This record gives sequence, structure tokens and C-alpha cells, in this order.
Amino acid sequence: MGLKIEINNIPLEVEKGTTILQAARKVGINIPTLCYLEGLQNPGSCRVCVVEVEGANALQPACVTEVNEGMKIRTNNKRVRNARKIILELLLSSHPWECNTCDRNQSCELQTLAEEYGIREVRFQSTQEKLPLDESTPGIVRDPNKCILCRRCVAVCQEIQKVGTLGPRYRGFHTVISPGQVDLLGDAVCVQCGQCAAVCPVGAISERDDTEKVWEALEDPQKYVIVQTAPAIRAALGECFNLPPGTLVKGRMVAALRRLGFDKVFDTNFGADLTIVEEGHELLSRLKKKLVDEDKTVKLPMFTSCSPGWINYMENFYPELRDNVSTCKSPQQMFGAVAKTYFADEIGIRKEDMVVVSIMPCTAKKFECNRPEMVDSGVQDVDYVLTTRELGKMIKQAGLDFVNLPEEEMDAPLGISTGAADIFANTGGVMEAALRTVYEIVTGKELPFEKLHVTPVQGLEGVKEAELTIKETLPDWKFLEGVTLKVAVAHGLGNANKIVESILKGEREYHFIEIMACPGGCIGGGGQPRLTTDEVRKARIQAIYKEDEGRKLRKSHENPALKELYNEFLGQPLGEKSHQLLHTHYFDKKNKKEKEKVKV
Amino acid sequence: MKVREIVKKYKGKRENLLQILHEIQDLDAQNYISQENIFILSEIMNIPVSDITGTASFYSMFSFQPRGKYIIRVCASPPCHIMGAETIFEAISKELKINKGETTSDGLFTLEETSCLGICAVAPAIMINDTVYGYLTAERIKEIIAQIREEEGK
Repeated sequence: MGLKIEINNIPLEVEKGTTILQAARKVGINIPTLCYLEGLQNPGSCRVCVVEVEGANALQPACVTEVNEGMKIRTNNKRVRNARKIILELLLSSHPWECNTCDRNQSCELQTLAEEYGIREVRFQSTQEKLPLDESTPGIVRDPNKCILCRRCVAVCQEIQKVGTLGPRYRGFHTVISPGQVDLLGDAVCVQCGQCAAVCPVGAISERDDTEKVWEALEDPQKYVIVQTAPAIRAALGECFNLPPGTLVKGRMVAALRRLGFDKVFDTNFGADLTIVEEGHELLSRLKKKLVDEDKTVKLPMFTSCSPGWINYMENFYPELRDNVSTCKSPQQMFGAVAKTYFADEIGIRKEDMVVVSIMPCTAKKFECNRPEMVDSGVQDVDYVLTTRELGKMIKQAGLDFVNLPEEEMDAPLGISTGAADIFANTGGVMEAALRTVYEIVTGKELPFEKLHVTPVQGLEGVKEAELTIKETLPDWKFLEGVTLKVAVAHGLGNANKIVESILKGEREYHFIEIMACPGGCIGGGGQPRLTTDEVRKARIQAIYKEDEGRKLRKSHENPALKELYNEFLGQPLGEKSHQLLHTHYFDKKNKKEKEKVKV
Repeated sequence: MKVREIVKKYKGKRENLLQILHEIQDLDAQNYISQENIFILSEIMNIPVSDITGTASFYSMFSFQPRGKYIIRVCASPPCHIMGAETIFEAISKELKINKGETTSDGLFTLEETSCLGICAVAPAIMINDTVYGYLTAERIKEIIAQIREEEGK
């Protein structure tokens, strides 16, 4: 039975358990929040959401107060406004006034509220000492001075990602959010997923800004600068220019990149198609060795390896699974290695003169490209990684009217790709792309699902499973006849943890598992436009599937540029050249000596 | 593997974390929780280091720095303050030649402040390890310290 309440004299009926905040949003009334994070935490500690409830002495925090029958609520009167103003004033009193030089200028939630509430004066002065910047990691920069102690980053790090790097230290005025006992992220175990940066309401946690290095490369006449864009960018970049989430801007993105001065505009999708072909063959090779040769050294289930946050997590927390993870490099790193060998040779450019820039939805990719082993072309394979947000800033700096740019096409050959590569952007996508190829290799027939979609592994449920029985195999794959392939998909490292634990305890058995470190997959990455809610995730995922379905080619092995690459350069999947350029190995980072050796 | 035994004694339950931390601290001759022990505890209890640090650093009874064998806690609450806690603090500081938060070079004493000890009736009061002392004067402080030094043969 519903509860009848009134908000600002508007009568409405809501279900029991609804908070004042949720009820108000139903009737289009926005109540400001700072510490609140949808579906995750509502500690009620910042108090900026206070409202007046008739009959209650004190103002009530809307994010944690559930409505009662007959409750009369005022969200906007003098008392409420004054309370919010003082709260904002107090928050601002210990916050540095560096808005003009802050990464979050005009995208800061505190700044927005200060503007909305007309704060013109702050009567209180800070007694806090200035704390040093934390620039100890390649992906993430923390400025503890700007922190408002809302603990959103702690909630995602501890509860969603289950990494537990960040936590509060000390109490009261002395409280700081820090990586455990140390001051620097680089001295703690941090997987660089950047989910903390994605939820920070202010400029306390951001990605490392690499835009200046990219501008420099673009202006260097000696350098041949190419760019690759991850599949998740095309469904999110528009948000940097106030387009609604889920607007596909691939054509305009290409036009913008060309106008920024990149010599070639390529696609990480090419690397994704390449990954599927290599990884698909790797899976089949593992299955054959296990089922036919009974080789006990071969490990199953095989985990995907595209997500650098997951790789960091695995190396630091579950290094015993190193041999279970596909040896395939991520699409970004495959692209880099191929660009600086095959493509550089083809156009007659020295690899030392080529600069590979990646646009990624991810902060961990900044870490990945700097891993000391990612130099198989002879030089660093990928030079710079920019997040979606950084690209948005570069486009604005260049003075481009992004929204009205024409639609342009990616360059050949490394810009050619299939729909299977598009869906690498979201949870379940790599699995679906792999199954489209693997099933066809084994049976010679298309994956027998409507529109080629593996529906059980789609959507935002944390852990998803599917089974696929292989029938009517081609002669080479007779050993798979009647075999039921068991697969699983997890997104968010907390969910990855659940799968890994269930496997280690022997509760579950699978052949193939896809893991993406961020909730929703790359479309919800740490480098995407803020703020990524589930609604935004769904809109971006929908856009990606639409892009996939609109393609003529939707299976990685059908990519014509890829066929040419194998014919002219690589030979065959898992061949010697592939092994050298496209595959990698992992480290036991629980082992301090080994970790030190490969420190980025 | 003493940390493991302590955790076992408390059945590894998270709700017993404070008691576990106390025992780990008491176990150490230098009266503190070492970084190494936090890492061991994190591994055994499957609680992130940041979480254990956050919990322990919230309470002033825990220290991450090595401390003396005897921790002198001077009450800094209003009743003791009115009754001359400041004089007591100065007397100790002068006698031991250390300031707040410091440890004597012989590793015997650490001087700290504490919030109310709950024995306001005998203010000003201090606590040395688990023993409380009330009705203090600067002379009495000298006696107490001398007695401990004698017991310790220093």
C-alpha cells in the first residue's frame, strides 16, 4: 500500500521505504546531494540535502530519511536554504579556492552548488595545513587538499571494486582519505581502475593530464602521430558537449581527431577484432590440449585479458591465476605493436618517429601502456593514453564546434573493424564477440542466436552465465561435438572476486570467463564523462549494440583488413609473429621482488 | 605467528577487530601496531589495509609509532583541567624531558593526552598503562616516576 505525502504542497503517493530524495525526484524536484551515491552509499554526512519535515524539530537529511504516511515536506524555504548555505560555506572554508586552475572547473559538484546557492562570501577560515599532491601513479592524481571527505571514492573502492585501497585515516579535522598506511597510491596496491576519479564530486581525484604531451607530438614535424579510439568512446564523448548519454558520435569524433592534426585516425576496434581471432584460437587450443591431449599444464577456465584494471587486480590479489588468463595483449597494446611494425613498414616510417596515441575510457590504460614489457615493436608500443574527458578538453581547446562537425570515416587499414569489436565496450561484449567467431570456426555455421546476440550475458547483472552446446562440428573439431561450453561474465572487480572465489573453492566450473574491471564494462570506465549512473550505462550500452547491429560485418574473423594483416605479415593466429607481438605474460605482484622489477 | 593466534582467539570476526588490535599492540614490547602486523592481519582477516588503518587511527589508544614501555596518559578533560592538569602535564614533561607524543630515550616512558578517564572525583588524574592515579600533585608525579624507574632498575 502506498504512503500519501506532500512535497512543497504537491500531493503524491509513494511506496514504503522510499526516501524523501527519491520521492522528490519523482515529482521533478531536485534536492542537492554531495556524499550520496545512487545505489551505493548514503551516509547522510554532508547534510547538504536537508529538508524541513512538518512536526520534526531539526531539518532532516533527504537521502536517508524514509517517508511516513502523511509526511509534509518543504524542500525550499528560507530555513532550508540558509542551512544549505552554511553547510556549503563550511565545506568551502576548508576547500582551496583554486577553481580557475582546477581540473574540475565547471564540472565540479561543489562549485555548481556554490553557484546555485549564491555563495558570495565565506566567513570561516581554514586551519588546515597544505598536503602534497599524490602523483605517484601513471593513471591517477590525487589532491587531498580538495577532498571534501564525502567518501564516495572509499565506497566504490571498498564495496564495488572490493580492492580496498582507499580509506579514511585519523578523525575529525585531521581526517584524510588515503591509501591505507601510506600517503602515496604508488606505495599501496591500487589497480588504477579510476572508479574513484569517476565518482569524485570535486577535483580531489582525477586522471593524470597527458594532453600537453600529445599537443607537443602533434606539433612536432618529425613525428608521424596516429590515434586509436576505444569502442566505448563513441557512445560517451558526446556527453562532453552536452549531448545526451548514448549519442553515437563516431563520425564526428573521427572528424574532430583529424582536425586536431592526427596523421591517421584509426580504431582500437581493429585491435579488438585481432584480439578475438587470437583469443578465440587460444581458447580452442586450450580446449584441445585439455580434452584431447590431456595436457595437465593447460589451465581452464581461460579469463579474458582486455581490461588492465582486472590484470592489475589478478596480479596483485590472485597471481595463482596467471596461467588461466589469456596471453593475448589487450586490443590497445595489440594495436600499438602492429602499428609500429606492420603499418610503419608499410608506409615507410621509422617506428621511432611514430607516435601512437590512444583515446580510452580508462585510467588503467595509462598504466598499461607504460608497463615495461609493452615494447615488442622495439620501442614503447603505445606512447600516450588520453581519457574520453581529456579528448573532450582538447577538442574544446582546438575551438572545434563538435556538435556540428560532419561525419567522417576512419582511415584504412587499422581503422577497419566489425560489429564484434564495437561490443568490446560493454559487459558481455567480449564474450559475445568471441562466441561469434569460435562457434563459426568449429561448426562452419553462424552462432544460432537472434541477431547474433548472446542475451544471457547482456545487461547489468553483476555475474552472468551462459551455456552453449556445440553440434555438427567440422572434422577438425570433432572432439568438441556435443560439448557444452560454459561461460561466465563479470563486471566490476567485486563481481570478478565472486567468480574467482567460487572457482577457487571448486563451487563453479567454466571454460571461458570475461572480466571487465569497471561496472558496465568500458562504457562505465574511470575515464568517462562524469557522472556515470546505471541509467547512463544503459544508454551507452544501447548505443553500442545499435552500432554493432548497423554494421555489414559483425564477426571479427570477417574483418578484411585483418585477413590482409595475416596474409601479408602475421601468418596465422597463434603463429610465431603473433606470439612475439600480440601475446604477453603476467607477474606475481604478491611477490615484492617481482613487483619491484616491473614497477611502472 | 602470534597475530594468527590472537585472530583465532576472537574467531576471526570483524566485530572483534578492536580487541584484536589491542592485543596486537600489547603484544609488542614497544606498545604499538607495526605496519608489518597490519599487513599480516589484513591477510588473515581479509580486511583491506586501508580499512584496518582507518579503524585503528580513529582511536587515540592505538599507535602506529613505537612507544615506551609505560604510556602516561594525562587527562585533558574540563574537570581535570580545572583541577590543574596542565601543571601535572608540565611536571611529567620536565621530569622525563619529553613533550606530548614523545618517548624517553631509554624507551621507558611515552607522554600522551587522553580524554576523560571517568574518575573526575579524584581529579587531576592520569593513567599509566592500565593503572589510574588521582589527587595528583607535581611532587606525587616525581614519586610515581621514581618508583617505576626503581622497579625497572633505571
